Amino acid sequence: MSGMAPTLAQAAVRDRLSRTGLSRRAATDRIMRALAVAAAVISVLPLAAVVLFVTLNGAGALSLDLLTKAPTALGVGGGAATAILGSLQMVPLAALVAIPIGVAVGIYVTEYAGPRSASVVRFAADVLVGVPSILIGVFVFTFLVLPFRQYNAIAGSAALALIMVPVIMRTTEEILLLVPRSLREASLALGIRRWRTVLSIVVRTGLGGILAGVMLAVARAAGETAPLLFTALGSRLINVGGFGQPMDALPLFIYNNSRQPYAALNAQAWGAAFLLLVFVLAVNVAVRGRSLFRPSPK
Amino acid sequence: MVLPAPSDRATRDDLLVTTLPPPTSGQEGDPVVVATPLPGRAPLREDPAIGASIAPRAVEVRPLRPAPAEAATVDTEAIPASGSMAVEALDAWYGRFRAIRGVSLEIPPAAVTAIIGPSGCGKSTFIRTLNRMHELTAGARVDGRVRLDGVDVYDASIDPVRLRRVIGMVFQRPNPFPTMSIHDNVAAGLRLTGRLGKAELDDVVEHSLRRAALWDEVKDKLRQNATALSGGQQQRLCIARALAVEPEVLLMDEPCSALDPVATLRIEELIAELRRSVTIVIVTHNMQQAARVSDVTAFLTMADDRAGYLVEMGPTPTMFTNPSEQLTEDYISGRFG
Repeated sequence: MSGMAPTLAQAAVRDRLSRTGLSRRAATDRIMRALAVAAAVISVLPLAAVVLFVTLNGAGALSLDLLTKAPTALGVGGGAATAILGSLQMVPLAALVAIPIGVAVGIYVTEYAGPRSASVVRFAADVLVGVPSILIGVFVFTFLVLPFRQYNAIAGSAALALIMVPVIMRTTEEILLLVPRSLREASLALGIRRWRTVLSIVVRTGLGGILAGVMLAVARAAGETAPLLFTALGSRLINVGGFGQPMDALPLFIYNNSRQPYAALNAQAWGAAFLLLVFVLAVNVAVRGRSLFRPSPK
Repeated sequence: MVLPAPSDRATRDDLLVTTLPPPTSGQEGDPVVVATPLPGRAPLREDPAIGASIAPRAVEVRPLRPAPAEAATVDTEAIPASGSMAVEALDAWYGRFRAIRGVSLEIPPAAVTAIIGPSGCGKSTFIRTLNRMHELTAGARVDGRVRLDGVDVYDASIDPVRLRRVIGMVFQRPNPFPTMSIHDNVAAGLRLTGRLGKAELDDVVEHSLRRAALWDEVKDKLRQNATALSGGQQQRLCIARALAVEPEVLLMDEPCSALDPVATLRIEELIAELRRSVTIVIVTHNMQQAARVSDVTAFLTMADDRAGYLVEMGPTPTMFTNPSEQLTEDYISGRFG
C-alpha cells in the first residue's frame, strides 16, 4: 500500500494517534519538574548549610589541646578532653545495653510474637521513639539520680540506651520482615529447630541491615543533649571510669560552652561540634553509602 | 533402662520428642506401634562408599523405649518397606476454611507419586501436611492421620522437627540460603542440627551434590555464593540440600514451575534417578510431567466449597489412559482445570 495516497481508514487512525495540545502539556510538565527540583534543593540545603557552617567555624578550632586537655574556666589553654572521653564511655555503655535488648525485641516481634502482641510492642516502640528526649532524661532522673542525690554517668548511659532501644528494635524488625518467608521454610523443612533457623538463617541474612540500624542508633545517641542534662550533667573534670560521678559529653560541652561570654570557650564549642558532626556524618556515610541490605525480591 | 535401637529406621525412635521421659517398658496404651526391620531397599548408609561418613548420625538416635513385645504380633507381611506413607481421612484447615477434605491414600515406598489437580485444589496444602509444614501457618490445623511406616506422625510423641529430617521438602521456587556458599547450603541441614563435624561434612556435600547431578557443574566453585547459580542449578542445589540429611521421603512442591524446559528436563531425569533410593511425592500442575516421572498418580479436585478431595488414585499409565472417573478423564484430556 506504500506509495499510495492514505486511505480513509489510515487518515482516521492517524487522526486518533496524533499529538494534540502538545505545547500546553509540555509547559505544565516543565513547571512541575522545576517545582520538584526546587523542593529537592530546598530540602538538601539545610544539611549543606550546617556542614559548611560548622566546618568553617569548627575546623579552625581543632588543635591538640582541644583533644587532650580538660577545660579551663575561661577557656584559654583548655580543651574538650572531658567531653570526648565522656562520650567515648557513655555511648558504648548505652550501646552495650541497648543493642542486645533492641535486637532481641525485634526478633521477638517478627519471629515469635502473635499479631496482637507484635502490634502492641511495635506501638510501644513507636511511642518511645516519639517521646521528647528531655522527658526521657527527666524519667531517668527520678529513678537513677534522685535516689542517689548525685548526677552520674550510669544515668546518662541509661537515658541514651532508652533512646537507642526502640530505634534498634524497629530497624531490626523491618530488616527481618524483608527476609523472605521461603528461607525460613527451607530451613524448617530441613529439620532445623526454630531458634537455630532464626539465628543462623533469618538474623544471619539480615545481619548487614541490623548492623546498619545499630550504627545509626549509636550516631543518634552520640548527638543527644537533652537526656544528659538531667542525668550525666556534664563536668569540667576528666572522668575515666567514674560512672557514679557526673560526666561530660560532646553535646553537653557544646551546649554549655556556647552559652559562655568568652570567645575561647565558644571556639572550643565549635571545635567539639565539628568533631561530633564528623563522627555522625562518617557513620551515616559508612552505613548508607555501601549498599544497604536488600534481599532479592523473590 | 536403655537398650540399643535395633534400627532407627524401623522403630521410628528417631521421630520421638526427646524431652519426653521414657515410658516404662510394656506400658499399656503405648501410642506407637513399632515394626521390625524388613529387607526393603538397602539404606544408603550401608553403602560402603559413604557409609563411613553417614554413620555418626546414629549418635543422634536416642532410644527412648525398648522395642515393645507387641511388635512380634504385627503381621510382618503387612509391614511396608521403609519410606512408605499412608494418609487416612485427612482434613486440612486454615482457620475456618477447609482446604482438604477426607483424603485417604497410600504412598508406595521407593516410587514416585504424583499429585495432580487444578489450581487451588489443595495440592500444596496436602503435601505440606505430610511433613507437618502445614501447621507452621498461623491458624492451620489437621484432622485425620498421616502415617510414615505405620507411625502416626501427628501423634503427640512425635517431634515435628525430627520428622522433617526424615521427610525432606523441595519448594516451588529455588530458595538457597543467600548468605551461604554452595558447600554451606548443602551442609546446612547437618551442620545446623549439629550432627556432623567439619571433616565428614565435605564427604556428605560431595555425595549429595552427586546425587543431585550438580557436582560436575559446581565442584570447582563450592565456596562461591549459591545465588550465583542459574535457577535450575539452584533448584538442584536445594534438592542436594534436602538429600544431605538423608531423608526417606522427598516432597517436591511443583519443583519445576519456576524453571525453563531444559532445567525442567534435568530435574525430571534426577527424579527418575532418585526414586530408587527415596520415596518421592511430587505436586505438579503439569500433567505431562506427572505422566513422565511418576509411578502412581493421585488426582485431586475441589468441591463447591473449595475444599480439595481425592477423586481417584492409581498407577500412572492407567490414570492417563483409562481412568475410572469421568472427572479424571475430563481433567487429563483438558476439558477443565
